[in-house]
Amino acid sequence: MSLADRDRGLNIEENLLFEKGANGACGVDLPEPKNSALRTGFEPRQKVGLPEVSEPQVIRHFVRLSKLNYAIDHGLYPLGSCTMKHNPRLNEKVARHPGFAQIHPLQPEGTIQGALEVIYTVQQWLAKLSGLPHVTLNPAAGAHGEFAGIMVIHRAHEKKGKVRKTVLIPDSAHGTNPATAAACGYQTQTIPSTKDGTVDVDAFKNMLNDNVAALMLTNPNTCGLFEPRVKEIADVLHKAGAYFYCDGANFNALVGRVRPVDFGVDVMHFNLHKTFSTPHGGGGPGSGPIAVTEELAPYLPVPKIVKHGDHYHLVSEDKDSIGRLKGFNGQFGMAVRALAYMLSHGADGLKQVAEDAVLNANYILSQLRELYHVPFSGTCMHECLLTDKIQKAQGVTTMDVAKTLIEYGIHPMTTYFPLVVQGAMLIEPTETETKASLDHFIAVMKMIAEKAAAGESAALQNNPVSSPRKRLDEVRAARHPVLKWTNQGT
Amino acid sequence: MRYLPLTPKDRTDMLKAAGVKSVDEFYTMVPAAAKLPKLIDLPLHQGEIEVERALTRMAAKNHPAGSGPFFLGAGCYNHHIPATVDHLIQRSEFLTSYTPYQPEISQGTLTAIFEFQTMIANLTGMDIANASMYDGATATAEAALMARRITGRANIHIHGQLHPQYREVIETYIQSYEGVAVKNSAPDENAACFIVQTPDFYGEPQKLDALRKQCTDSGALLIIVINEILSLGLLPPPVEADIVCGEAQSIGVPMSFGGPHLGFFACKQDYLRQMPGRLCGETVDKDGRRSFVLTLSTREQHIRREKATSNICTNQGLFALAFTIHMSLLGEIGFKKLARLNHEKACALADRLAKVKKIKLPNKTFFNEFVVELPMNAAETVKKLTAQGIIAGLPLEGGKLLVAATEMTTESDINTLAEVLENMCAVAGVKEVA
Repeated sequence: MSLADRDRGLNIEENLLFEKGANGACGVDLPEPKNSALRTGFEPRQKVGLPEVSEPQVIRHFVRLSKLNYAIDHGLYPLGSCTMKHNPRLNEKVARHPGFAQIHPLQPEGTIQGALEVIYTVQQWLAKLSGLPHVTLNPAAGAHGEFAGIMVIHRAHEKKGKVRKTVLIPDSAHGTNPATAAACGYQTQTIPSTKDGTVDVDAFKNMLNDNVAALMLTNPNTCGLFEPRVKEIADVLHKAGAYFYCDGANFNALVGRVRPVDFGVDVMHFNLHKTFSTPHGGGGPGSGPIAVTEELAPYLPVPKIVKHGDHYHLVSEDKDSIGRLKGFNGQFGMAVRALAYMLSHGADGLKQVAEDAVLNANYILSQLRELYHVPFSGTCMHECLLTDKIQKAQGVTTMDVAKTLIEYGIHPMTTYFPLVVQGAMLIEPTETETKASLDHFIAVMKMIAEKAAAGESAALQNNPVSSPRKRLDEVRAARHPVLKWTNQGT
Repeated sequence: MRYLPLTPKDRTDMLKAAGVKSVDEFYTMVPAAAKLPKLIDLPLHQGEIEVERALTRMAAKNHPAGSGPFFLGAGCYNHHIPATVDHLIQRSEFLTSYTPYQPEISQGTLTAIFEFQTMIANLTGMDIANASMYDGATATAEAALMARRITGRANIHIHGQLHPQYREVIETYIQSYEGVAVKNSAPDENAACFIVQTPDFYGEPQKLDALRKQCTDSGALLIIVINEILSLGLLPPPVEADIVCGEAQSIGVPMSFGGPHLGFFACKQDYLRQMPGRLCGETVDKDGRRSFVLTLSTREQHIRREKATSNICTNQGLFALAFTIHMSLLGEIGFKKLARLNHEKACALADRLAKVKKIKLPNKTFFNEFVVELPMNAAETVKKLTAQGIIAGLPLEGGKLLVAATEMTTESDINTLAEVLENMCAVAGVKEVA
């Protein structure tokens, strides 16, 4: 890097650690090995190919990298369907208690009663909040929960003696839904949406037959709307002998206020990293518990937790279970964090979470509906959907709106999803924003619409210019994949 | 409520601006039957003091590894995590950011993922690695499914002692497919893959050249599973493999009762487009500056939907970062030294236990974990040792006990275990084994 390409002010340019030279430095002090004879059956390993740096270099490298990231603690993060809410630090503190962080999953049962109590308590909370009585915390993430839920349904049909082959999925669904159904050996059929952004119930009824195993429905859906005929959908589905899988990604609109069991759900997953505030961590870990009806409970994955008196037991073998989903006991550390969040909010606080989340989204919608095309009329749930229809005619796309938000210091909304509208902008502010923060976002969105209307599209197309990087050449990354550093230069 | 910033006045003003009288109007689409007449029957909100007290009470009922001699391993290991690691992963910019879909403001996460991929590729001797999987067991199941896609063959073959939970997860993943068998035998013409864990579940490092030849002859892919990634600091890289996957919890990730852990996944370049999970690649921005971005997403569910290579979306981002930080601290020198120390601790444990009369040590070789054959039932022995504050290892069938030693194991821990076992073995009769 030449001097001209180095830091300016607090704007960081940081090389890879691998490029900091191999000078024999080390960031840990360990006792010297005795280098006695090896009993591995092999000669010791020679070159691995790791950096050689001291602790201060490591800290400086990662702190400098961190400054290139946007985060919730920095500002509004209105990614639709992602529920980027505040991550309380109490959650982090309790998860680090040695009694939680330093216990092994295969320790004798008597030494892990507190851990089993955490899992059992979170299961009870999720059962009460969904109205579905049986819960497992085994799934590692939302998509893993979908897999568990659809396998449970698969097993239920198997037990009834007829393996059905199809899963129905609306065209507005998350990509994980069809990918999950396929991973569980099903064919998928796509239900169209109406011009109101909800499931076309007539089309759905026509697709229903005795080969349909399940419906996977997100409610509220990805257009930000509560499915108005959801109970009717559930009833005809059940009459046809199929099950209702609810994708709980949007549970933040309902938590503490509406129970999915009451609109006919048989199985649902929760994203603890969305509704229950565990951190997204730059892409994970997630945690995707599922809740099911009494009828489906026998098929839940192992291990299961059983309470006898004051004692908790881990049951790892169960003849009807779909089996083991991952190693050990789910994403336990995320359950600890979620429990701290649940206890903090309580039944009253969680209801307020849903209501404030919905209010915030509707407030944004009400302030922007004059300037942006709103594809579906009426109010919304916890996220609102706009499109670039008006701005596109002025030469400004959803991509340009998103990148201009970056230029003005705000993380973009979810773009080009759901696929049922062109140029979608899906905005989910969550309940942890102040009114001032929403007003600032609204002001920036208004300014963008005004600039587009004033013919300043060229400037918007060039954004961002003040961020650590300008727009990237993503085609080059895919055409000529460079996926690791090599000392020949990357 | 401390996490909710809207004031009553804000709510009133915003409802008015939105043109409604109350928040109930947003919920008019909810069917009457689903409208709750009162709050859900759960406790009400609590302050930080009360919540911390409740969770501390639960934590206190558990027996953490640091509170006594500890010899459990079996796919989850008690290693030291430098203070730097936890400090850095708690920085807001890493902890509270989303998947880096907006690369202009996510270069921190993306650069760290690129470093993670490089480390995993270098450790395993593979060409490429992805941005992480849920854990070792699911990574292994995904590898088996990937081998089925690549070879167009049905069956999954397993060599020797694969972690039993890994096998169970494979069975779960394939149960809805017709005509798939999971077999414990050498690969044949219907084998998609041959899965070999090294060191195996009993701690024996595996020689791979003959297994490679069996795969080459039969046309199956060789999948190497490693659930103690630290072993790669002492054992040779499994370059014979087509896919190397497993568990990287040992570096930077707390045991945390079994999760979140850190699955890794690496393979040869030829299989790039059949890989599951996220990949980070290098490119340039508009000004030609080196930049990183998530790439090749046409394999993934959000683009390909039902035709995706996997339904996986979330990865273990924060713990891939923890791994990368810990591995940076260790570096070329520290990583190999730590591996050697682990092996020497295990040798010291083996030497001391070998002196206990009636105990046998069947392993020919090991890295940091091996089997102990006791003259009495292992499960009962573990129970008795637990009562004395010793977490002795994992009881297998009969008198077999699987024990691990790490850099956390002290000479005194080893002596304590050996002395208690000496007393128990002295009075043990042969009948007690079963």
